[in-house]
Amino acid sequence: MNAARKYAVESLSYDVLVIGAGGAGLRAAVAISDAGLSVGVVSKSLLGKAHTVMAEGGVAAAMAHVDADDNWEVHFRDTMKSGHFINNARMVELLTTEAPERVLELESWGAVFDRTPEGDIMQRAFGAHSYRRLCHVGDHTGKELLRTLQNRVTHLGVTFYPEVIVTRLFLIDGRIAGALAYQRRDGHFLLFQTRAVVLATGGWGRLYATSSNSWESTGDGTALAVTAGATLSDMEMVQFHPTGMVWPPGVRGLLVTEGVRGEGGVLVNAEGRRFMADYDAERMELSSRDVVARAIYREVQAGRGTPHGGAWLDITARGSDFINRKLPSMRAQFLALADVDITRQPMEVAPTCHYMMGGVRVDPDTCTTAVPGLFAAGEVAAGLHGANRLGGNSLADLLVFGKRSGEGAAAFARQAPSPPAVSTRQVQAEIDRVLKPLERVDGPSPYQLHSDLQQLMSHHAGLARTGSALSEGLYHLLELREQARHLAVPGGTLYNPGWNLALDLDALLLLGEAIIDSALERTESRGAHFREDCPAEDPAWAQVNVVITQDEEGALHVGTAPVVPPGPRLQHILSPLDGQSTAGRTGS
Amino acid sequence: MIEASAGHDREQVLYVYRGDSDHGQEVAYRVPVVPGMVVLDALHFIQAHQAPDLAVRWNCKAAHCGSCSAEINGQPRLLCKTRLDEYGADDLHVQPLHTFPVIRDLVTDVSWNYERAQDLVPAFHPDESPPFHLQQWEVDRVEEFHRCIECFLCQDACHVLREHGLFGQYWGPQLMVRVAELEMHPMDTGNRTALLHGAAGVGLCNVTHCCSDVCPEGIEITHNAIIPLKERVADQYYDPVGEWLHKLIRPKAKSAVPAPAIQDR
Ligand SMILES: Cc1cc2nc3c(=O)[nH]c(=O)nc-3n(C[C@H](O)[C@H](O)[C@H](O)COP(=O)(O)OP(=O)(O)OC[C@H]3O[C@@H](n4cnc5c(N)ncnc54)[C@H](O)[C@@H]3O)c2cc1C
Ligand code: SF4
Ligand code: SF4
Ligand code: FES
Repeated sequence: MNAARKYAVESLSYDVLVIGAGGAGLRAAVAISDAGLSVGVVSKSLLGKAHTVMAEGGVAAAMAHVDADDNWEVHFRDTMKSGHFINNARMVELLTTEAPERVLELESWGAVFDRTPEGDIMQRAFGAHSYRRLCHVGDHTGKELLRTLQNRVTHLGVTFYPEVIVTRLFLIDGRIAGALAYQRRDGHFLLFQTRAVVLATGGWGRLYATSSNSWESTGDGTALAVTAGATLSDMEMVQFHPTGMVWPPGVRGLLVTEGVRGEGGVLVNAEGRRFMADYDAERMELSSRDVVARAIYREVQAGRGTPHGGAWLDITARGSDFINRKLPSMRAQFLALADVDITRQPMEVAPTCHYMMGGVRVDPDTCTTAVPGLFAAGEVAAGLHGANRLGGNSLADLLVFGKRSGEGAAAFARQAPSPPAVSTRQVQAEIDRVLKPLERVDGPSPYQLHSDLQQLMSHHAGLARTGSALSEGLYHLLELREQARHLAVPGGTLYNPGWNLALDLDALLLLGEAIIDSALERTESRGAHFREDCPAEDPAWAQVNVVITQDEEGALHVGTAPVVPPGPRLQHILSPLDGQSTAGRTGS
Repeated sequence: MIEASAGHDREQVLYVYRGDSDHGQEVAYRVPVVPGMVVLDALHFIQAHQAPDLAVRWNCKAAHCGSCSAEINGQPRLLCKTRLDEYGADDLHVQPLHTFPVIRDLVTDVSWNYERAQDLVPAFHPDESPPFHLQQWEVDRVEEFHRCIECFLCQDACHVLREHGLFGQYWGPQLMVRVAELEMHPMDTGNRTALLHGAAGVGLCNVTHCCSDVCPEGIEITHNAIIPLKERVADQYYDPVGEWLHKLIRPKAKSAVPAPAIQDR
């Protein structure tokens, strides 16, 4: 095919470009628009389809509507404890103090939540939260959150670009100057010239074979950031949600919300035993996700798994009225896809890759990264969740840090001079690069390579890890990277999923390597990171985060950075902890 | 990705529309059937093994996001929720939504719906500021509308748009759900009756129920959203012209959704 073929490049200009239209991106866009600046938002899918729409359980905010003893300090303590104390304490403080305000703000924009008999927002129990804390509406809270923000931005004059995918950030004099994207619906390229970029690109769960994540979750923003000079942190911390569907094969990995356990569902092994008693007798099914996921993994390893290698999750005791009201989507999902009626039968579940605690290192207050003009919020950012995320803290994260990142970017853009225009040479070089897979006639298929990569990550860097398996995984990953240089895809640039996947693989391969490097570095087990060859938690490792940077040649470098310690005020909140459980403790 | 090695007992032929807005045709693909397989799985198998550039939208694979709307044997369906075993040994024809222009293969241009959402003013408009005090029954009344996944299958099925193409006169059932959601919100004080009567054209709906029949979320669009909205309009306007138009555009076929002419897109 003729490489000189011409492609249209449309040039656009905004004060701030937001990459991502999940909860974090849309909340950032509201903040930027409120600050009076022009903002464009791009996303890989249509408006309202981002991952956030799938969140089911709820948003964590210590409003104390149900349990009067709850307050931000208890929420702070729960979050730090769940994160095994490598969280950024300032981020946790901001999250727990600001979440209630952000949730109420959603109400003023039209969101509805389930109510208490007193007429306040209802809150439900969730794993490792000391009190009933998750504001929710049925089991479609993420949709409520995203729709509300969607309706809000729709009427604020924010320009939205659906199915527009960024492949490169341009820097001039070390500062953000623009971004190049392709538009699926016509195969054209868009050049955004901008003073600041907010990355709100979500996670990279598509690295694993069994995953609750959609095709979008390939970590593009994380890869763009590290390549631009930002630092990544905690990449070894991959959350496996304890309860994914396992059967039939087509639904393997689909999420079964933690709300099922929050509303009273119990986990039982093939022998009929409520096995959580052996792993965390106090919190049982509502223990933290790392503990429950590992418990199911261990039961299956010990030969006590269900027919398809999982555990039974049973909520039938609650009766059909209750289940239909509180978990309607779950009931429909199992009926339609697995022929299981959860009001009468148990669900078969096993761990599924769900969330990335790691990501781009940011300043807690403004969400700025190490690159001037580049901001990050939501799942793409690291620090808030430490070694393990608490359910419901992600939706709260999107609201609190979505707003903060938007304000941070707006403040930066307001004082920053206009960057010089991105040169046509730079733009052409990037277009030439992304067109390569379409120009090759013969080569590996991106689907095959993606599948190989997923198998590799699941086997070598999954829920249980060892140094030797990780090293072997790294070796194979580098082989796959070599193959990726020869990918070939038929068709053109117009809505071509094969081509799109070929480009997504760049990010996945880079982040896969970052995960393995980081997992090799942390020679202990902590939270979601479980090393069978060093199973104990090592206090020395509580002092540092594992960090990754990339050099000019593209090589990754792994190192450590000291954990940002809690200030004296926060220290005081943590002091009563001393390693014991906070369950049932009254907040003080 | 589902691999053939997962153990399959039979093969299924899918006839999938391949083409763009100008021309295209159905192409036959043979896929191994595994237990519980949905049409989207089959299309992913085709992408991985036969047609890497087959265009189809999806995100959640769990009927939560409303991305994978298409027509299966002429019926508006979610690809991720439609099991192959529903069709037994029948042929399977997978076509893009009929009511919206094709971009490529199974992907259609649904931007019209988002543009109408932009025209929906006033947006949510409360007189008070939160915290609101509401009862669960008040939430339940609108919760149904909040379940909408914006799949636009109802828009695809509605004969006012599908057969009569009256895009300039009626916003279609999905937007009526959106208006109902606002109008029935206990804290909202905005008035959208003039909009409903005018640009949004609720009068053109002649309550055939086709939209409700295809809604994957089981929203009672006609009875719970549209009829109450019509009543609000009737309270304020009497509209002989609307009455007349309304009679003129009765659906041609009695079947729930008129079958599209396959292939001639
Ligand atoms: C099934 C499920 C249930 C969950 N339930 C809960 C829950 O109950 N409570 C909770 O707190 N959390 C929950 N989570 C986690 C939470 O939903 C996510 O972590 C969160 O929604 C991520 O939001 P985000 O805004 O960071 O990114 P996302 O919502 O993932 O959005 C990312 C956006 O970035 C865009 N994007 C990415 N790359 C590019 C690119 N290169 N160019 C342009 N755009 C790009 C995407 O298109 C998308 O619009 C759940 C997750 C899943 C999968
Ligand atoms: S009831 Fe019939 S005419 Fe009215 S919106 Fe639904 S499909 Fe269209
Ligand atoms: S009302 Fe139902 S059919 Fe229509 S867009 Fe919403 S979910 Fe889809
Ligand atoms: S993929 Fe989300 S509804 Fe089908």
